[in-house]
Amino acid sequence: MNRKQKILLLIVALAFYLVLLPYLCRDRNYLLGVITTASVLSVISAGVWLIFYIGRINIGQGAFALIGGYTGAIAISKLGLSFWFGLVMAGIVSMLVGIIIGLPLLRLKGVYFSMITLSLTETARLTAQSLVPITNGPNGILNLPLPGELSFFGITLIPDFAKVNKHIAMFYLSAFLLIASYAVLYRIINSRVGWLFRSLQQNEDLASSFGVDVPRLRVIAFAICTFYAGIGGAFFVAMQQSIYPATFSVQDSTYFLLYCFLGGLGYVFGPLIGTFVLYIGFEMLQGLNEYQPLIYALLMIGMMLWLPNGMLSLRLPFLAGKKSPLGGAK
Amino acid sequence: MAIMEIHNLSKRFGGLAAVNDVSFEVKEGEILSVIGPNGAGKSTLFKLISSFLPASAGKVLFQGEDITSQKPHIVARKGVVRTFQETTIFREMTVTDNVVVAHHLHSHTSLLGFFFGTRTARQDEKEFRERAGDILDFLGLGAVKNEVAKNLPHGHLRALGVAMGMAANPKILLLDEPFAGMNAQETDEALGMVRGIRERGVTVLLVEHDMSAVMKISDRIVVLNFGKMIAEGDPEAIRSNEDVIEAYLGREDEEIGI
Ligand SMILES: Nc1ncnc2c1ncn2[C@@H]1O[C@H](COP(=O)(O)OP(=O)(O)OP(=O)(O)O)[C@@H](O)[C@H]1O
Ligand SMILES: [Mg+2]
Repeated sequence: MNRKQKILLLIVALAFYLVLLPYLCRDRNYLLGVITTASVLSVISAGVWLIFYIGRINIGQGAFALIGGYTGAIAISKLGLSFWFGLVMAGIVSMLVGIIIGLPLLRLKGVYFSMITLSLTETARLTAQSLVPITNGPNGILNLPLPGELSFFGITLIPDFAKVNKHIAMFYLSAFLLIASYAVLYRIINSRVGWLFRSLQQNEDLASSFGVDVPRLRVIAFAICTFYAGIGGAFFVAMQQSIYPATFSVQDSTYFLLYCFLGGLGYVFGPLIGTFVLYIGFEMLQGLNEYQPLIYALLMIGMMLWLPNGMLSLRLPFLAGKKSPLGGAK
Repeated sequence: MAIMEIHNLSKRFGGLAAVNDVSFEVKEGEILSVIGPNGAGKSTLFKLISSFLPASAGKVLFQGEDITSQKPHIVARKGVVRTFQETTIFREMTVTDNVVVAHHLHSHTSLLGFFFGTRTARQDEKEFRERAGDILDFLGLGAVKNEVAKNLPHGHLRALGVAMGMAANPKILLLDEPFAGMNAQETDEALGMVRGIRERGVTVLLVEHDMSAVMKISDRIVVLNFGKMIAEGDPEAIRSNEDVIEAYLGREDEEIGI
């Protein structure tokens, strides 16, 4: 694909996503909600994908989404702050926790790193359950208000969600988060920072042999990853207007991995495609819900066997001319 | 003048003394080879010097400064750059991209600068590409610069490893068996390459099993056996050193060629 075709594809995709989808769903709140959820989950998956990109498997993203969710909920309900402030705070708190945990944790490689991240989600859930004075424990924090007005020197930037169609408003907020987070990710991967991340993925020792501060880069990647989780978690909670210790579970943490796998680890938009296809696919097939873990597991195995580079590696006509997934920028 | 001093350097792995109380100096601008039978501790010595492994005892001074317990990327930044014994390159990147990435130490731009694509960032990228082209031409890789690295023949891979070391702008370059797996003609070319590196003002530390190559190119040679330094001197002296001959003869399966 040359530059022109890329831009054209982007415009078509954005028009479909920002104009056609909400128009088609204008009387189908449930469907719009599904798309909104998929949008925000794909923000959280993007973080997991970035950690894949530096050569680690993060099975703890649910923990950071939970931290973000609680930060947002507590900021709004207990501290009386606005949703917008809470959203930013959620990203930052989750990121700070990510940095503190990441500094020692990211030294571990392979299965050791993954095992510890796996236990993080459970640790976060138990913490939320036992810190009753702050989190209300198992009862969760309920009846969160909708995002209020965001104004700047008296000019309304974003209207009070309670006064407009909240489904549409939520959708556009999630769309904004999605576009912003993927634009940042795309820029990272296509700048020299992306080359450095690829060098970590392929050989950390070689990277440090020519002077790359490998531990610092790893922590930066993890900070971005956990920031995305925090923002995504806080948004999800605002949408549900409630949070429980089980809002993000170990299962969710593993689903984020699967979304990345399915879309393709070598493609910036892999986690986005993966999340939309799998999440929306399942919502459409309601009857299969109880088999979901089984089907996800089979999908995961199938993907590894037959499509190890993800859906985006399929040679669809309009995607023809892609380079090898790890070779360069997409 | 000594650019590097190694004082009583030791590394133990459990009960095994892989490097045992080794001391020598490296003079600025020389080609110094480290030889010894398999398992003598040569690669371990290189990893200690470049701080990829922590030393059990002793110290390494580089331009008078103790670099022994510093992080490997810091040591690289000071100008002590190693290549790897195993062919170590970024397999999935093109030859040029490998060397461009390795220009890390030349950047005048922060990560944020690269993210936003500032003017200095674009200048850096342009300069890295030009310099990478120069290095590749200099090392005879100009013709394959757009190949994906994993498709290169072995000889080219070793040269690419050296090219990446050169990109880091070393003051001392540590080459671990750069001629391994090369035929006689490739080795001759590679010898020219190493001399060229020295002519660019880089001091070269070389580990190599190919004795005729070592004898041709080295100003001085250090010999290790079972982690201990058993001899040090110019090629003539090493060739006729009793201890060295014995160390090599002591191993029946060893190709000596001295
Ligand atoms: N990480 C390690 N853990 C334990 N033992 C090690 C380690 N690295 C090296 N050794 C041992 O230390 C000794 C020296 O190894 P080293 O790789 O330095 O030898 P060498 O001189 O480079 O050999 P070669 O010529 O085969 O490359 C060997 O006995 C090796 O098995
Ligand atoms: Mg060795």
